[in-house]
Amino acid sequence: MLRTLAISALAAAAVAGVAFAASEAEHPEDHPFSFESPVGSYDMAAVQRGFLVYKQVCSSCHAMSHLAYRHLGEPGGPFALYMVLNHETGEEEPHFGPPHHGGRYVDVTENPYVRSIASDYQINDIDPSTGQPIERPGRVSDRFRSPFPNEAAARASNGGAYPPDLSVINFARHGGADYIRSLLIGYSGEQDGVLYINRYFPGGKIAMAPPLVEGAVPYEDGSPTTVDQYATDVATFLQWASDPHMEERKRLGLIVLAFLFALAGLLYLAYKQVWRGESH
Amino acid sequence: MAEAKPNDAHGAQDATRRDFIFIAAGSAGAVGAAATIWPFVAQMNPAADTRAMSTTEVDLSAIVLGQQIKVMWQGKPVFVRHRTPAEIAAAQRDDYATLKDPQHDAERIAQENGEAGKPEWLILQANCTHLGCVPTFVEGSSFGGWFCPCHGSDYDTSGRIRRGPAPTNLPPAPYLFVNDTTIRIG
Amino acid sequence: MSGPSTYEPKSGLTRWLDKRLPIIRLAHDSFVAYPTPRNLNYWWTFGAMLSLCLVVQIVSGIVLAMHYIPHVDHAFASVQRIDRDVPYGWLIQNIHSVGASMFFLAVYIHMFRGLYYGSYKAPREVLWILGCIIYALMVVTGFLGYTLPWGQMSFWGATVITNILGAVPFIGESIQVWIRGGGSIDQPTLNRFFSLHYLLPFVIAGVVALHVWALHESGQNNPTGVEVKSKADTVAFTPYATAKDLFATTLFLILFATFVFYMPNALGHADNYIPANPLQTPPEIVPEWYLLPFYAVLRAIDFNIGPIDSKLGGVIAMFASIGVLFVLPWLDTSKVRSMRYRPIARQFFLIFVVVCLALGWCGGQNPGKILLPATFSATLNWVEGGQVATQAIEAPGESQFDETAAATRASLTQGGAAMVMIQRLNATDASVTSVSGGAAQSRTVTAATQDELEAEIQHLKDEVGARTPFFSVARNIPFTFTVTTFSQILTLYYFLFFLVILPILGLRETPGRVPDTIAKPVTA
Repeated sequence: MLRTLAISALAAAAVAGVAFAASEAEHPEDHPFSFESPVGSYDMAAVQRGFLVYKQVCSSCHAMSHLAYRHLGEPGGPFALYMVLNHETGEEEPHFGPPHHGGRYVDVTENPYVRSIASDYQINDIDPSTGQPIERPGRVSDRFRSPFPNEAAARASNGGAYPPDLSVINFARHGGADYIRSLLIGYSGEQDGVLYINRYFPGGKIAMAPPLVEGAVPYEDGSPTTVDQYATDVATFLQWASDPHMEERKRLGLIVLAFLFALAGLLYLAYKQVWRGESH
Repeated sequence: MAEAKPNDAHGAQDATRRDFIFIAAGSAGAVGAAATIWPFVAQMNPAADTRAMSTTEVDLSAIVLGQQIKVMWQGKPVFVRHRTPAEIAAAQRDDYATLKDPQHDAERIAQENGEAGKPEWLILQANCTHLGCVPTFVEGSSFGGWFCPCHGSDYDTSGRIRRGPAPTNLPPAPYLFVNDTTIRIG
Repeated sequence: MSGPSTYEPKSGLTRWLDKRLPIIRLAHDSFVAYPTPRNLNYWWTFGAMLSLCLVVQIVSGIVLAMHYIPHVDHAFASVQRIDRDVPYGWLIQNIHSVGASMFFLAVYIHMFRGLYYGSYKAPREVLWILGCIIYALMVVTGFLGYTLPWGQMSFWGATVITNILGAVPFIGESIQVWIRGGGSIDQPTLNRFFSLHYLLPFVIAGVVALHVWALHESGQNNPTGVEVKSKADTVAFTPYATAKDLFATTLFLILFATFVFYMPNALGHADNYIPANPLQTPPEIVPEWYLLPFYAVLRAIDFNIGPIDSKLGGVIAMFASIGVLFVLPWLDTSKVRSMRYRPIARQFFLIFVVVCLALGWCGGQNPGKILLPATFSATLNWVEGGQVATQAIEAPGESQFDETAAATRASLTQGGAAMVMIQRLNATDASVTSVSGGAAQSRTVTAATQDELEAEIQHLKDEVGARTPFFSVARNIPFTFTVTTFSQILTLYYFLFFLVILPILGLRETPGRVPDTIAKPVTA
């Protein structure tokens, strides 16, 4: 009897923990993202494309202040660079993401892709010799450039609405990546004053103008340049940004759980051995 | 569990099986405990943001002849000194063989990748090799270079230890000329 | 219970040490030779898990404190840095936050076990009270810790909970300001909460030591509730209880690891990933799941009780729901310890467990949410196309206003007015509008909630528009069964269980046959 109670207690706890806020918004559309299952991993090509969309579209209003350019090239990042020996030519070739076998990780400070991404930005700094504020090209250790110096400036430039920081946005919104993707494709095209009708936004009206336009961001890998594809890619990129260690976490979890199950089996046998012949 | 003293009613085979289970469970537990400790030890290593701060770029054009600046590299000071011809001549004098830590000036100004540096630019890690204080450059001091106020170590214009308790020369910082007037430290 | 020590030092060194500091003897007597009832079931393994939880929380917490910055501008970012940049920081932070939930899960099962098997009864009252103190300290520590990430839930949770203290009569506000170190939750609050959050686990560890001491003095209770009478009733703690505890704890770790590695955020709230913003309250503030039942009790009191207003009443009820646990040993009058032999009490206990879970559910819901569908209706009357007349009236005194108004209304109605509206302007004056002639209209609107009803009424008024000078609206608001109503019933049962059912039932219930010794049913 107590056992069933315990189980229902756990279930109740889990339900209460993920209880959704009441709102009039439509439930986000369920998209089969590759990272959703317990063994799922990121589609790194999508994360790379999503970064491109963020860089060209979102970053003009939204900060990602907890991310640094180096994060893009650290192990588990979309631009993590590995040198792999090509056995035919005998030369080392660059490869994004851990190769199936072999390969040497290139430290992010040496990663030319990440260095070039960082140096595309002008970062506010203080000139060490004059003490005056200057702008200098970004370094890999710099945090993502914020479009506005502070919240008040961000509000002033956006009609009073504050474009939220996107560093952990997928964790900060019920529905996560599904919600972000749905929101980006959920515009009806109508407007109510300065607000835009969006059926997935709580309250139905959002201050953000529809950000994605078909063909606005050119893709080099031949992926379709549709609003739907952009939204999916950005949602994937933001999921990675919120949870950069997910792949490592799931990998380690598998080992830990396998070990614990084995240990539990051994301890059960030991327990039975100890109590053998003892009535209880 | 090792203390479990079985009553030997089930024969030797059972005893073997029992010992196997206890030893297997015990070792598995020990391995698990050891593996669990690792992340708690590893977390004290430098974090990724600390490690990425490992390079500093310096614009040399702003440093006039005979001056030096101190820049921070990995949280520690580095001297970037624009040496005068007199200092260079003193540094290149062929008298280093008898020093505590004999080194030629050319070795001391070499770049990170092994290429020769420029004699007028000396880039040194600024903590005294004795106990870590930052020596000051004293014009006209006994050896023309740096003097450590803490325990009186005297360095010459190449940053070599000449007198005092410091055991070795001020170590050169790893650097590269990115272009003619810019170096990257680290 | 413990009896004389059976420890015999074997080597010269241990003999030497035993004369000077008998620490090995203490460990041996407490955790090896200590006699344990042989019939303990798996519900008795949660003590071991709780010790592990405390160690895990302290160790992971010390590690997090090496990287965390208790400053309003840096706290959120420092937690992000732990998750992103510190080696294995993500793992340790997950362990600490999931660990808090696991700690509470285990402690609740441990407490329900104590309730069911009567582990609070003589001679274990002090043992039980020490346990209650540990639980109360855990609640405070958990609350303080939840503030530290400085997300929206951290900030607003801290605001709400410190406001609770403001309900205390006379000195409430001073206490509130003293706790916060200012008029609102800010840097001083965060700084001291961090300090106290670091301190309290060590206080808990101290009380745990007392708890274990008391346990070893009175001996463990067991599923029959019968005291140990001979050696035949017990087995040695090691290896018997140790082996069982290790196995059960490993199963617990499997659950723990599943959350840490696969659902690290499932037990938290999304809003805490939004940095604290003192200018904006999240749409709903809920505490962590393990405090939801008490939150439901707090909100259940939405009425004033004599001189006690609803706010203070809720606070009293909430503290009383924990406080009642402290006096439980003297509330339960039954001579029989274990509910295994108390058929009626067992039923009430079952309901009690369900009530606690239901309170937890209520705590996570919007209190105004309607649980049973009800029909709200309103009847609107108006007159179209009549003659409108306005006049002013003045009553001779404030007390005669109602009379004067009624007389005016009666005379106008007699004079043929279809509708009369009297708008009171001040104590004695009113403006009277009446309509005569025209076509009387009536319509009834219905809705499922009061908000919807008001919308319907407004909608109808807009539709009729200027065709009538005014409406007469008669609303029919039915009794609605909301989350608050449900919480009130549950809260009532919660207190009835302790204050009425257990005291009375213990005197009146006919218990089942209790075995003479522990060993008897086991060996039979």
